[in-house]
Amino acid sequence: MTPALLRRSYVEATPRERIEALVDAGSFREILDPFARCSSPYLAEQNIVAQRDDGVVIGRARLDGRDVAAIAVDGRFLGGSIGEAGGAKIARALERARDGAFLLLDTGGIRLQEANLGLLAIAEICDAVVALRERAPVVAVIAGSVGCYGGMSIVAALCSQIVMTRVGRFGLNGSEVIEQEAGIGELDARDRPAIWRATGGIRRVEQGHADILSGDDLDELAGALRAAFAAEPNRERLSLERLRRCFAQEAPA
Amino acid sequence: MQRIVVERAGGAPVTRRAHVGAVASGNLEVLCEPPAGAGARITVETSVDGYEPIWRATLERFLERNPIAAAIEINDFGATPAMVSLRLEQALELAR
Repeated sequence: MTPALLRRSYVEATPRERIEALVDAGSFREILDPFARCSSPYLAEQNIVAQRDDGVVIGRARLDGRDVAAIAVDGRFLGGSIGEAGGAKIARALERARDGAFLLLDTGGIRLQEANLGLLAIAEICDAVVALRERAPVVAVIAGSVGCYGGMSIVAALCSQIVMTRVGRFGLNGSEVIEQEAGIGELDARDRPAIWRATGGIRRVEQGHADILSGDDLDELAGALRAAFAAEPNRERLSLERLRRCFAQEAPA
Repeated sequence: MQRIVVERAGGAPVTRRAHVGAVASGNLEVLCEPPAGAGARITVETSVDGYEPIWRATLERFLERNPIAAAIEINDFGATPAMVSLRLEQALELAR
């Protein structure tokens, strides 16, 4: 095991550092980098400063020699939300992928400031994942401090494999939304241990919603990502039978 | 949201592009690239209004200490002047 001071943490790394550390050394080539200024035109109108890559990093990289699309959402910018530009970057990267793709998802889902354009982007991304997974692996990694929620949790669920860490959280609705809609009796959004018990990586792998549990160390995650590419696609995840079994198990007696 | 532009003539041009930081709480994004013309031009977009004198002082001091020619874009989300200076130094180290 690597000594603590030499370990490199996924959570501490930026989206570009995360991709660089997970793929074959020196193989990442970014497409539409920040200097391409492919950013949101709608945010300035709403008095919000835009980030020039729109919070999404895409490019090509090698993974054990495979030519894959590398995609990372930047959870630091507006909660890793998906707008028109960032969504289009993800969808096009998936459509052009050759031997598979991976998505480092650190995202709250659709960017509310771009409403319907965000919804449309999620539909395009889902479409691209479903098309690509028929011929090559599509792997989601949920290991950032934002987690993976909303529309992007649907994207993750469609992937052939999901890698998580205990830091990662994965659910359709965020805890605050659940508290607001279903009441504090259902979930207290301030109760962080309860949130991780319900939606954290350990629980999600136990339930079979996610496939591989890894530590936060970048080298360990690089191994987990390669294992996910080598594994058979999980076709069970969204089967009606499995979901019925899950609900039956989790319904209160 | 406020837009601020600071310009300074002369200086040695940077040779490479550099991108550092993020538009995240207390943070900023810096895009530094070789200039189109001569001199340095820094454009700032900040989410916090009313701090133009502090921005000018911070950016002019940076350009005084580093007489470069560059096109620098800053997208700010409430960073402190110390954070701004550190990010600019970081970008310059990568761009020179």
